[in-house]
Amino acid sequence: MKLSSADIARRVANDIAGGSYVNLGIGMPMLVGDYIPDDREFIVHTENGMLGMGPAAAEGAEDWDLVNAGKQAVTILPGGSYFHHADSFGMIRGGHIDISILGAYEVAANGDIANWLIPGPRPPAVGGAMDLVAGAKQVWVMFSSHVSKSGEPKVVERCSLPLTGVGCVNRVYSDLAIIDINDDGLQVIAMVEGLERAELQAKTGAALNFAPACAVLKPLELAA
Amino acid sequence: MMTDCADLKDGATVLLGGFGDTGVPVKLVDAIRELGLRDLTIVSNGAGGGDYGLALLIKSGSVGKMICSFPRSSDSKIFEALYAAGKIELETVPQGTLAERIRAGGAGIPAFFTATAYGTPLADGKEVREFEDRHYIMERAIRADIALVHAATGDRWGNLTYRFTARNFNPVMATAASTTLVEVRKLVDMVPPEEVITPGIFVDRMLEVGDYQ
Repeated sequence: MKLSSADIARRVANDIAGGSYVNLGIGMPMLVGDYIPDDREFIVHTENGMLGMGPAAAEGAEDWDLVNAGKQAVTILPGGSYFHHADSFGMIRGGHIDISILGAYEVAANGDIANWLIPGPRPPAVGGAMDLVAGAKQVWVMFSSHVSKSGEPKVVERCSLPLTGVGCVNRVYSDLAIIDINDDGLQVIAMVEGLERAELQAKTGAALNFAPACAVLKPLELAA
Repeated sequence: MMTDCADLKDGATVLLGGFGDTGVPVKLVDAIRELGLRDLTIVSNGAGGGDYGLALLIKSGSVGKMICSFPRSSDSKIFEALYAAGKIELETVPQGTLAERIRAGGAGIPAFFTATAYGTPLADGKEVREFEDRHYIMERAIRADIALVHAATGDRWGNLTYRFTARNFNPVMATAASTTLVEVRKLVDMVPPEEVITPGIFVDRMLEVGDYQ
């Protein structure tokens, strides 16, 4: 079996400690904000200048002075704040953001990440990705699929695309497994039911270690 | 004239506030386009979308170079066409490094070291130093001839407030230019001192534009 993107997002949300300051990247990481468990509060940072970001604005109630880094109309929760760009990135660069959660093209066993550029004719655009991976205390990467559409591993020995940052990824979540990255390389801490270790290794471009307490990864029960 | 100042001439460097379509001083951009200047360097998070504001300024041929973090969007066709044709220069800068280079420019700091972009193509050619076992690259401050800022309210001393995330780059850019031009939605008698985000020392001229956005 495989986890859906919603399952992965729910699992990521469940792994975030209450009270954490978290930056959610554009795309799949934004889903995490929809699954904050009822028993805790964490504070979402959006790099264009807000802490305490809430859900997307209701249709018809959008206020275009209140947007997230993806330029979508959002809301602010009680306890939130606004600040300018230099302060916002001071929070990131200064190590005040507990977890940055991003998507990526490739993550390497040494913690390198490539998520900003596929070389081509379009102008190179980086946004805040390089600041986030270099500055946040923890960097978690979400892959909706463990391999690319053509079956190539996204977790690799060395990145082939231009890097966003070096040695900065701490953990990878995919539809098949949760993998920690530490000084010894890749360590699988959970994998889906019915998947053989050799199968996961075959879909991964670098050597995997398996944690002694490697857990079964299944969709979390929906909160009642 | 709001835009009538000696610092605004061919080849000038212009800081342009805003993030996406939020907090962009579009009326000031339109006023500058009408001057028909050439070879401007524009420092802005994006390179303009649609067919208005910055995109129109670029289309008019006034811009020689963009310094941006994200010069690409679903509708950044005007910039992208000129870029593909080699008719406009681009310097891509990480968003936080861009903000800090401008902050440093306004605060009299000529350069600084950051871990952001170390080991990536955007560090090519930059000085690397090691502090406490970590690598950092040197980034230079940005100062400009003109800053264009969008604010919510302003008073006759130049004190400014901003609304929600329309603040973004505006207060940082207001500090880093020889002349700072501000469009405010509403002129007020006095911004309460505790609510001032940009102190008037950074502001040279203001224009009331109403709630057009």
